[in-house]
Amino acid sequence: MKTNDVILHTVTKVAVFIILTYGVHLFLAGHYEPGGGFVGGLVLASAFVLLLLAFDIETVRLGMPIDFKLLAAAGAFISVGTGLAAMAFGVPFLSQTEISATVPILGEIPLASVVLFEAGVAFAVIGTVVTIIISISEDV
Amino acid sequence: MNNLLVLPMVLPLIVGIVLIFLRPFIVTQRVISLLTMVVTFGISLYLLIEAQLSGIVTLDFGDWAAPFGITFVGDSFSLLLVTTAYLIASISLLYVFSSIGEEKERMFVYPLILLLLAGVACSFLTGDLFNLYVGFEVMLLASYALIVLGGEKGQLRESIKYVLVNVFSSFIFLIGIAYLYGVLGTLNFAHLSVRIAEVGQTPILTTIGIIFLLVFSLKAGLLLYFWLPGSYGAPPMAIAALFGALLTKVGIYALFRFFTLLFYHEPQITHTLLAVMAILTMIGGSIGAVAYNDLRKIISYNVVIAVGFILSGLAIFNSAAIEGAIFYLVHDMIVKALLFILVGLTIYLSGTARLEQMSGMIRNYPLLGWLFFITMISLAGIPPLSGFIGKVYVAQGAIEGGAFVLLAFTLISSIFVLYSLLRIFRNVFWGETIISKDNMIPLKKRVLLPGVLLAVATLALGLGVEGIAGIVTDAAETLMNPDIYIDAVLNQGGV
Repeated sequence: MKTNDVILHTVTKVAVFIILTYGVHLFLAGHYEPGGGFVGGLVLASAFVLLLLAFDIETVRLGMPIDFKLLAAAGAFISVGTGLAAMAFGVPFLSQTEISATVPILGEIPLASVVLFEAGVAFAVIGTVVTIIISISEDV
Repeated sequence: MNNLLVLPMVLPLIVGIVLIFLRPFIVTQRVISLLTMVVTFGISLYLLIEAQLSGIVTLDFGDWAAPFGITFVGDSFSLLLVTTAYLIASISLLYVFSSIGEEKERMFVYPLILLLLAGVACSFLTGDLFNLYVGFEVMLLASYALIVLGGEKGQLRESIKYVLVNVFSSFIFLIGIAYLYGVLGTLNFAHLSVRIAEVGQTPILTTIGIIFLLVFSLKAGLLLYFWLPGSYGAPPMAIAALFGALLTKVGIYALFRFFTLLFYHEPQITHTLLAVMAILTMIGGSIGAVAYNDLRKIISYNVVIAVGFILSGLAIFNSAAIEGAIFYLVHDMIVKALLFILVGLTIYLSGTARLEQMSGMIRNYPLLGWLFFITMISLAGIPPLSGFIGKVYVAQGAIEGGAFVLLAFTLISSIFVLYSLLRIFRNVFWGETIISKDNMIPLKKRVLLPGVLLAVATLALGLGVEGIAGIVTDAAETLMNPDIYIDAVLNQGGV
């Protein structure tokens, strides 16, 4: 007889969205409060790990057809790229800049280039963690 | 500000990342990685000349002035090593192409080599203690993956030892950084040097210096080389050539930086310790080099002897000896890569690494035999080749400094180097041929090309000593007078 894990599935479906939202919140809060790319990335990755635990790899892969190795590489590329982009503007490597933008609903918000760097870190963390989990589970 | 200075680190880094996306296209990967190495070699060479013309090149990351941000410092010493590293990497890549096999090429071997070089360049160029640690880790993580790539039994066994030893030494490295930061409150090399000079290297600072000596000895294989012969025998020879030429040299570079720029106030303690360790390293290495019949072991122990030799130059600590050590360091990087490549080819052609099972290979492969002969006399230090000038300067420095025990050991170790390689030459290349003309594996010219190029490099370095003598003198002067380094880094704002 097949085990019935409907409760796990239902709770996962709700919890994953809460975890993902919290991960994005941590990521965006990083400049002024505790958080940032690394922690945000880890929390986001934990949502994927929960999905892998509750469902199986094939189902998750159907839902998210992403190669996580390439996601990690893309993250690293973005991070190094922001450093290199500074060189194109004739300022030292890794210089960061910030502008204020007025957005219709939110009003005036600061946009810093360091967010791109952190986004790269977050992608790299998510990609690495999920790749490790998937590789370990596939080999056995 | 000179953004070019960061390119020797960042170019291989970003290209290595891009190559991950190009995983299925092996030929594209080969072309791009080779191009990157050659271009980076060109940039390093340009920077080296620039440093000659207009003094030390520095770059403050993100425009944060020196002691507060991370600074890259390119003086003649570090740029000379970066240039040599990329020269060797470019040529060794040609050997990787012909020997590594398609399976490993699909498993990210080129991205890993590029990341290894990025870590090496970062360690050479950085002017920040913690950044040095990060550079070491980038290099080591890439080397962990490279040593185990392929997953054979021997590789798995040796990689466990290698990873354990390096994780342990990195841990001590971090503790050392914590102590130093606790005492002095800064991490920038130039600023650290100023502060150590202010307080006059108190006993606690000497102790911290000895902790760092322990750390870098583990990385460089100075006395604590027990892990080295096994680990360098495990990976494919193309990878081992890169390891033998680059990895221990980064540890040696760090020792030079630390004991000329930071902890130079108590030489009777630290430099005497260095001298004792160097002597013991040369003794141990010499015994190992003549004791084994396994080609891989013999050349690994030759790496150990060279480490002892170079650091005896640092232990003598006058400008002639430092100059000799720098000459020898550059020579050793080139010629060790050559030695590993030639031995790799010999093992491939004869199908065995045992000395007593090979004979008369010079009849089958004359060019290979004579290349090995050149390597041997170059390593032993016969005049027209590159090993000579370094040994002369170290010996001269030892006589000037009255370090006659060190002098004796450095010269005797040369004899052991010559003897151990002569044993290979006599047993493997001379004697009766045991491979008949019909059974012999054909050796294409293309495969020997990296060996020929490196042999030309060692010849050119030997004959063109005048050409790089200016650079080496400048490097030694910067090392012996820390003020030059400090002025270049701190005199642009900051403190």
